[in-house]
Amino acid sequence: MNARTREPRGRIFLTLLLALFLSVVPLPVWLDAVRPSFMVLGVLYWSISWPHTGGIGLGWIGGLALDVFQGSVLGQHALALALVTYIAVREHQKIRSKPVFQQSLIIMGELFIYEFVVFAIDGWTGHTLSGPLRWVQILTGTLIWPLAAALLGRSHAPR
Amino acid sequence: MAAFGVGDNRRLAGRGASPGFRFTVYAIVSIVVMVLDQRGGWLNQARYVLQAAAYPLQLAVSSPSAAVAWIRESMQTREALRTENTHLRAQQSALALRTLNYDALARENAQLRGLAKGLPPIAQRWLIAEIVNTELTTLRQRMLINRGTTNGVSAGQTVLDDAGLLGQTIHVGPWSAEVILVTDPEHAVPVQIERTGLRTIAVGAGNEGTLALPYLPANADVKPGDRLITSGLGGVFPAGYPVARVAEVHRDAIQPLAQVRAVPLAHIDSDREVALVWFPDAHPLSSDIQPQPTPAKPAAPTAAPTEAPPAPPPVQAVPPAKAPARAKVKPAPPQDADKEATD
Repeated sequence: MNARTREPRGRIFLTLLLALFLSVVPLPVWLDAVRPSFMVLGVLYWSISWPHTGGIGLGWIGGLALDVFQGSVLGQHALALALVTYIAVREHQKIRSKPVFQQSLIIMGELFIYEFVVFAIDGWTGHTLSGPLRWVQILTGTLIWPLAAALLGRSHAPR
Repeated sequence: MAAFGVGDNRRLAGRGASPGFRFTVYAIVSIVVMVLDQRGGWLNQARYVLQAAAYPLQLAVSSPSAAVAWIRESMQTREALRTENTHLRAQQSALALRTLNYDALARENAQLRGLAKGLPPIAQRWLIAEIVNTELTTLRQRMLINRGTTNGVSAGQTVLDDAGLLGQTIHVGPWSAEVILVTDPEHAVPVQIERTGLRTIAVGAGNEGTLALPYLPANADVKPGDRLITSGLGGVFPAGYPVARVAEVHRDAIQPLAQVRAVPLAHIDSDREVALVWFPDAHPLSSDIQPQPTPAKPAAPTAAPTEAPPAPPPVQAVPPAKAPARAKVKPAPPQDADKEATD
């Protein structure tokens, strides 16, 4: 137990803050359309590598923060993120042992589930106005995953 | 593989409940929160607190663009400032003249209608707010401004800039408020075509910074260049404020409705400051009904022409409770005149 005191809580918090920043910082319209869900990527990374410290609670809080900042129905992104982190935590050992390429495919699936839940709740709450552009985020998120994972890995991997 | 650090490989059972159980709990909490938030705004208090907590980060997010603006401003030359100054001075005197003119017209208008007593002040109070952050996407057209309940701002308040209607506040925190713009696809504003007095509804069209008028029949009298002003129906916006200018009218023989596109007059993408406006009777019911209990003077029906209950007007059964008394300030379009007559 005592060897585990170096849980990267501080880094997880910073990652969350950075992800939140990146998801709300104003961007030009064309960039905004392809902006990946940084929050999902960050939360997933920490849920896979530290399933105890990260995990469902972290995902839920990150999602709630997104809800507050984006003015969506409270709980919408929270539910979607909790679901994908649950999957990630359950399968973290399998995901972790895969090469980066396959990881990206898994992340793509996760992002799809996430977007689908958000989309479904949008529909149920009467915010159905959305173009096909929202699905582009899945692709950009997948493409950016290896980079994000490498950067975050660098932040806590032992030298 | 390579992407991850050591992590820890202990079984999850070691700490707390199983992930499945945790997820179930969080999912139930989310759903309850969503239902509460969606219905009846039970969570307004929670949202208020959360919005207060979010404000520092929102400020931080907007700081790069604010810094750029500040640098650009401080780099401005003396010459530029001087020309701007003279320009502003000229504009100011022109506006002052127009205000004088306007006061006179308003008085005359009120006299003509015999409403001198009932004439409300145009705006009770103004508050200038700075834009902290904007979100202009296809799905959402919102702004965050740096005034909140501590400045007396409430939800559903009219937001203007110098050229026209911008939108209204929706979520209000202690120091900040979110403004939903007229171009937001979830926003609709009751408008009137200034030239003809025809009333309709302008719905935001999202990204292109345009409004759509989806409920005009194909034979409606509307043409490019027409100005749209708020009609005051619905009771959120006061009547008579400019909203948009019709840019394009498309009539298709197959479609029963005309497709009309209008461009908002407010400078949505270049504004840095906006104005929040208080009107003497923000809620039509509270103010329009109140004059009623006062002793029945003979002038009462004209002084408050919008009170419906005692003598239901034959034509406009639905709107009169809301058609605000403020409509008088502007030159009355024909339809409004009709309505006044029926009351």
